[in-house]
Amino acid sequence: MSADQIRQVVMKILCRIAPDNDLTALKDEVPFREQMELDSMDFLDIVMELRKLYRVQIPEEDYGFLSTMASTVQYLIPKLQTATA
Amino acid sequence: MSDPNQRIVITGIGLTAPNGNSLAEYRANLLAGKSGVSKYEIRYIGETLAGVCHFDPLKYQKRKDVRRGTRAGSIAIYCANEAVQHSGLNWADVRKDRTGVFIGITEHGNVETENEIFEISKFNYDTSVWTHHHNPRTVANSPAGEVTLSLGITGPHLCIGAACAAGNAGFIQGLQMLRLGEVDLAIAGGVSESIHTFGIFAGFKSQGALATNSEPTKASRPFDLDRNGIVVAEGGGLVTLERLPDALKRGATIYGEIVGHAMNSDATDFVLPDPTRQAECMSLALSRAGIGAEAIDILSSHATATEQGDIEESLAIHKVFGDRASLAINNTKSFIGHAMGAAGALELLGNLPAFDDHFAHATINLDRPDPRCALPQIVANTPRKMDRVEYILNNSFGMLGINSAVIVKRYSGE
Repeated sequence: MSADQIRQVVMKILCRIAPDNDLTALKDEVPFREQMELDSMDFLDIVMELRKLYRVQIPEEDYGFLSTMASTVQYLIPKLQTATA
Repeated sequence: MSDPNQRIVITGIGLTAPNGNSLAEYRANLLAGKSGVSKYEIRYIGETLAGVCHFDPLKYQKRKDVRRGTRAGSIAIYCANEAVQHSGLNWADVRKDRTGVFIGITEHGNVETENEIFEISKFNYDTSVWTHHHNPRTVANSPAGEVTLSLGITGPHLCIGAACAAGNAGFIQGLQMLRLGEVDLAIAGGVSESIHTFGIFAGFKSQGALATNSEPTKASRPFDLDRNGIVVAEGGGLVTLERLPDALKRGATIYGEIVGHAMNSDATDFVLPDPTRQAECMSLALSRAGIGAEAIDILSSHATATEQGDIEESLAIHKVFGDRASLAINNTKSFIGHAMGAAGALELLGNLPAFDDHFAHATINLDRPDPRCALPQIVANTPRKMDRVEYILNNSFGMLGINSAVIVKRYSGE
């Protein structure tokens, strides 16, 4: 899966988790929490959705990599390289 | 009651029922004989019948809140906000730390648990995909807690598990908390999301107590020989309760005063009712109200359209009220089905406008009255014009032999 494809996957997950937010102008380098309503339970939703969709296991010590879109995509590239969008 | 601060009045009403999303709409449909029962599909059961509500959850919730919470929570939030608006309270001025939320529930958590088991079944029952939302969704205080989040209430909140007596139990809890001085405003009543659990349908079906009918609106038939069981419904009914002096001070409209209540237990069977204890429950409520049975004008019956339940309640009512013709006995489940935790609340609230319009709404679908439910006072199929409506008694009974009765008096300014 390419970086662009991974970004689209994460964006779809964010749209489901935060349906009241307009994410069209989401900035990839800015932390999610500064741009949208996202608490710890929502954050766990991201982890859970990735687990369900692609069987990706994200250990708790890696949660910090999921703070921005850019860092999330970078973190997921090696984990999803063999996955199909 | 000599101490005016012990007098508790209803000052706002919020509800959603299968045939109405406001008191005015609901009452109009009850008087017009309009049922809210429809065809309904649910996982594993397939097509069945249910009372389904059609309120707009987004009126008071964000989409994210709906997704994160529960159906019972959405119902409770809708009803609580509607009740507050209906009360005319200036919410900004209300002391949130002196406000409590007391919501009766028949059950809670079945829907969310079933959904999650279904979800992990797609993953070969891998529990690592079990949602982290499960516990906050299924704790027993969840619907009431969701109301506190919605309205910023910081006083106590509770859900009262009381099977199908829960609506009355919610009112009673609110009344008691006001009388104890624990709160100054109570949001109280009952809610149910039960149509979203297949288990309740399957359970009643296995028990031989799930209604079927080719015409959905004809399916809920309490006291009728052609009844064949319960129509499960969802819904909610919450009120604002205040002490009389507080309500008068702010010029509130008073929809009735709760003057009597009682709860007791059969202690005889898991499911079968006991008319002796039901009669004792009604008598205790009358005693606490300081009135005799002859004072009651409308009796809102609990009857669910199960054979034994209808017959036993009829015996209990007859024992307390005899054949007095001026009493009107009606049944709301014939319109909306059995709204479980909301049943007692919706059944009382739909009758309260009778204080003003002087009609007892009917029991619909009563084409062939069961002679074993020998109550000549049942209002069959068309509303009855009443000479007076001063007192309404609302019965609600439930499994494990829980009984409740609430008596509301028209507020006359005295």
